[in-house]
Amino acid sequence: MDIIVCIKRVAQTAEADVKIDSSGKDIVKDRLTFDMNESDTYALEEAILLKEKFGGTLTAVSLGTVQAEDTLRIALAKGADSAIRIKAEDFEGLDGYKTAQLLKAAIKDLKFDVVFTGCIATDDYYSQVGVTLAELLGVPHATLVTKIDIQDTKAQVHRELEGGLIEHLDMTLPALFTIQTGINEPRYASLIAIRRAAKKEIKVIGASEIEPTGIQANASLEELFTPPAGKRAEILSGSMDEISAKVAGIIKEKGLI
Amino acid sequence: MILDEKHKEFRKKVKEFADKEVAPRAKELDMNSEFPWDLIKRMAELELLALYVPKEYGGAGLDVFSYAIAVEEIGRVCGSTGIFLAAHSSLGVYPVYHSGTEEQKQKYLIPMARGEKIGSFGLTEPNAGSDAAGTQTTAKLIGDKYIVNGTKRFITSGGVADIIVFTATKDPSLGYAGISAFIVEKGTPGFSPGKEEDKLGLRGSMTSELVFEDCALPKDNLLGKEGEGFKVFMGTLDGGRISIGALALGIAQGALDASVKFVKENKKSSGRLMKKMQSIQSRIAEMATEVEAARLLIYQAAMLKDNDLPFTKESAMAKYYASIIGTKACDMAITIHGMLGLTNEYPVERFLRDEKLMEIGEGTSEIQKIVIARQILGK
Amino acid sequence: MNFDLTNDQKMLQDQVKKFADSVLAPVAPDIDKSGEFPWDNIKKMAELGLLGIIIPEEYGGAGFDYISLAIAIEEISRACASTGVIVAVNNSLAGYPIMQFGNEEQKKKYLPLLCKGEKLGAFGLTEPNAGSDVAAMETTARLDGDHYILNGTKRFITNAGEAGIYMVFAYTNKELKHKGMSTFIVERDTPGFSLGKHEDLMGIRATANCELIFEDVKIPRENLLGKEGEGFKMCMNTLDVSRIDIGAQAVGIAQSALDESIKYSKERKTFGQPICNFQMVQSMLAEMATEIQAARMLVYYAGHCKNKGMTRFSKEAAMAKYYASSISVDVARKAVQIHGGYGYTKDYPIERIYRDAKILELYEGTNEIQKIIIARELTR
Ligand SMILES: Cc1cc2nc3c(=O)[nH]c(=O)nc-3n(C[C@H](O)[C@H](O)[C@H](O)COP(=O)(O)OP(=O)(O)OC[C@H]3O[C@@H](n4cnc5c(N)ncnc54)[C@H](O)[C@@H]3O)c2cc1C
Ligand SMILES: Cc1cc2nc3c(=O)[nH]c(=O)nc-3n(C[C@H](O)[C@H](O)[C@H](O)COP(=O)(O)OP(=O)(O)OC[C@H]3O[C@@H](n4cnc5c(N)ncnc54)[C@H](O)[C@@H]3O)c2cc1C
Ligand SMILES: Cc1cc2nc3c(=O)[nH]c(=O)nc-3n(C[C@H](O)[C@H](O)[C@H](O)COP(=O)(O)OP(=O)(O)OC[C@H]3O[C@@H](n4cnc5c(N)ncnc54)[C@H](O)[C@@H]3O)c2cc1C
Repeated sequence: MDIIVCIKRVAQTAEADVKIDSSGKDIVKDRLTFDMNESDTYALEEAILLKEKFGGTLTAVSLGTVQAEDTLRIALAKGADSAIRIKAEDFEGLDGYKTAQLLKAAIKDLKFDVVFTGCIATDDYYSQVGVTLAELLGVPHATLVTKIDIQDTKAQVHRELEGGLIEHLDMTLPALFTIQTGINEPRYASLIAIRRAAKKEIKVIGASEIEPTGIQANASLEELFTPPAGKRAEILSGSMDEISAKVAGIIKEKGLI
Repeated sequence: MILDEKHKEFRKKVKEFADKEVAPRAKELDMNSEFPWDLIKRMAELELLALYVPKEYGGAGLDVFSYAIAVEEIGRVCGSTGIFLAAHSSLGVYPVYHSGTEEQKQKYLIPMARGEKIGSFGLTEPNAGSDAAGTQTTAKLIGDKYIVNGTKRFITSGGVADIIVFTATKDPSLGYAGISAFIVEKGTPGFSPGKEEDKLGLRGSMTSELVFEDCALPKDNLLGKEGEGFKVFMGTLDGGRISIGALALGIAQGALDASVKFVKENKKSSGRLMKKMQSIQSRIAEMATEVEAARLLIYQAAMLKDNDLPFTKESAMAKYYASIIGTKACDMAITIHGMLGLTNEYPVERFLRDEKLMEIGEGTSEIQKIVIARQILGK
Repeated sequence: MNFDLTNDQKMLQDQVKKFADSVLAPVAPDIDKSGEFPWDNIKKMAELGLLGIIIPEEYGGAGFDYISLAIAIEEISRACASTGVIVAVNNSLAGYPIMQFGNEEQKKKYLPLLCKGEKLGAFGLTEPNAGSDVAAMETTARLDGDHYILNGTKRFITNAGEAGIYMVFAYTNKELKHKGMSTFIVERDTPGFSLGKHEDLMGIRATANCELIFEDVKIPRENLLGKEGEGFKMCMNTLDVSRIDIGAQAVGIAQSALDESIKYSKERKTFGQPICNFQMVQSMLAEMATEIQAARMLVYYAGHCKNKGMTRFSKEAAMAKYYASSISVDVARKAVQIHGGYGYTKDYPIERIYRDAKILELYEGTNEIQKIIIARELTR
């Protein structure tokens, strides 16, 4: 089974103070840490599990700057056979559509039975690269996947819906799946695998390798801003217990219960 | 420092009690987180619980100086018993003695001074420690009762005390001006102790949350005037600093004594007597000098207070310095003991765990420095 | 000079950090309380190769260098100091001497066991009356046919209660002093070898620190490490390596104290502002961060010296161990201070970190001894 997994390196913004830079179109990144997008770690693990079960090849692809190679190398250490970086520095004005087109350009000539992406990137939150890529590759897709069973060219897939519902789909390979977090337990690379991966070559492709015609964004970023704080918002601080006590107090005070 | 006969005699008496009765209990109090009921009873018999309170109110009729000596001597062998004594005397007894009406003194001071009842002081809250004016516990006068709501945290002896002096505000937005001091007795409806802290040290002392839920207190339970709670607790803390300083000093002295004993008794290392090694000499000399300096600062503050002279700066200096050199002395004591210092076969690891609180409780070192600087530089 | 980590060091740091945060850190408070040895996590670390970081692949290890060793130990200790010590001892005090001084048979027999965690290693040097003064040791080994007969008691031995392979130091000829000391590989189930008292320690409470008691223990001759009389030399060489580890533990423990303090100082408000706005708190944070970075550099530098194959880097190793451990104790003290009353309770990890830090100044040569080593090297 030949597998491709798309991996994005994203800023870890959950606990950081995010500030907008002077261009008004990007955030200040110099004090942020970067890492593999969360759902991509699960997509990668799912890919490795499939490869361990069926054999074949596993290729990790990332569109990003040279630092994305650190992230790809982790994918190699965990179990990918090869890795491709698409030079983000060669392309401007990326949106989900253009990203998908570039990913397609990089993988269209590879053999694949399954393509994995994460379900959402925690920086830009488009949730559209996977789906768009599937359309561009002309393969069926399932989003928010929480379970996959493969027999020959058939895949039985579970999708997680709102309200705790599970949808069960039957699909035919080749197909693309966008993976939900929690589908598996991502592994840690062993030290020996790390040492081997450190020596592996990462293939880099850019503007000179990718035919530019037709590759374009369909949205352009105008402005990035933080909404003004609502008048009636109050930020509670303290320990868990204290916050819960305060919340209870407020609810009581306002006569909500 | 040369003490007069009276204080020398007094020190001898407390030292004997500490060595004979407190010291043998210290390790188990720490290991089992056991509250020293038995020792409290003995301290009451020896009239140690309200040393500077006149006899007519059940005290010993001595002075703050004697009190500092007592805390030091007991702290030297057991931090937990020491903090009990300091909290009871400085934080329970003192505010009632200082700010109470005659009636309140009869009702609360005398039994506390005699050790029939245990006193405690509730100032700190989850969100008001250094910033004591940030008090969020409220006391609203409704009819002829104060209705109290709120939570106090980290209150020494709070869970076992019979009489608790505490602060509350009529309106948190008023800052200092809204705060008054009150007395609450154990068992008053709407008042209960909350969670007990699981602590690094002072494990034989109890540190508790106090929870007030629509607790109704008679007007008579107001301590001092309404809106003057700030004055009550600032006065209390100035004095309290002397006792925390004395406790820090006592523990440091304990660490020094243990180290001296260890160095003298213990073996040769690398074929030489330990006491002949310069690295050991250097440590013992530093510890001893700093302990002595701390002692002088504390005694100075106590004497100023006994003579009704201003002592805010001096008590802050005493507490700050004694606690800083105290943790350093305990740390060195462990180092001198080597690996044995980390085991509970020797008291020094307990000393370090106990001593660290002194840099935090009753005003952190940073707050002491602010107090000292303000006294020097003006507000 | 190059301050960048290599690709494999970066990846190692990334993976060990994540592993430590999500697997080791959550159990750290529990094992501190219970004193329970963290076998589950040790097994997981064995799978990742963390029990044989510097051991060559052919013996089951991961084949990394000494800076990588420091990086891994730092990350583990940052999450759980007890686990950091356990792993460090297995790597540097058991794995290293066998790798460095063992014969091919010994390496083949013992290193894979240590790397896979099937048997953990321990290092038995200290005795009730011989700590800093190694030569005061009383344990003896007498050759009797093709066995040595071992007698004596060791105390304060990390991992002792759970280990399977012990590096034991004993006099084969007391008259010769240092030159009469030898090293033996002793297996757990050897008759006459038993465990004594389990230490109740202030910190690193989950490290199975025990006494070792040897009563006429028959050790096969082939378990002598190196040659008779080389024990002291091997010991000193091993301690140089393990001081890189202790330095790394200290940096990790201090880093966790700083991380907790930064987080807390941004959340905790007094007088209407986060306490990180106060200059006195800032001063503490700045000192802590600077000292930690300086310590880390000293530790990496000691690792670098070993990587280069310097036979003598005692000074560099001693500096790393001395400086890192003393700042670590001070950093932890400040961290408790920044946490105020909360730092004094077990509700926050800082209370444990404070207790864990102190040990670093004492074991594997007290800081006094490190200073003597440094001064001696300076004035040679
Ligand atoms: C403020 C701002 C700043 C930006 N700055 C940059 C920049 O500096 N450099 C830059 O390259 N782009 C930049 N972009 C564009 C951004 O990279 C694209 O919007 C993004 O790649 C697609 O949307 P998403 O990340 O939300 O993907 P989603 O659709 O949410 O992602 C789903 C999945 O698609 C896959 N995927 C997504 N992106 C990639 C990728 N790049 N490589 C491999 N797999 C991927 C992953 O598997 C992911 O889990 C910026 C966008 C914004 C809004
Ligand atoms: C064992 C124990 C017993 C105690 N007993 C009692 C008791 O009996 N009664 C009672 O009322 N309380 C008691 N306390 C509470 C104790 O007095 C407080 O913990 C102490 O005053 C510090 O307050 P905090 O813990 O809220 O720290 P915070 O005020 O939150 O301080 C956190 C850190 O910020 C620093 N900081 C705060 N403000 C400033 C500033 N303006 N400038 C510079 N630095 C600043 C502090 O120095 C400290 O390092 C006890 C605490 C303990 C742990
Ligand atoms: C948690 C823990 C784990 C340990 N793990 C191990 C282990 O796995 N294996 C092992 O073999 N040992 C172990 N030890 C023992 C440890 O290495 C020794 O405790 C250490 O070497 C110090 O020896 P000591 O405690 O006997 O101190 P001592 O040698 O008694 O020293 C006491 C004091 O005297 C000073 N001193 C001693 N000699 C001199 C001198 N010549 N000049 C100046 N000052 C001097 C010291 O600095 C110290 O301050 C461990 C100890 C602990 C606490």
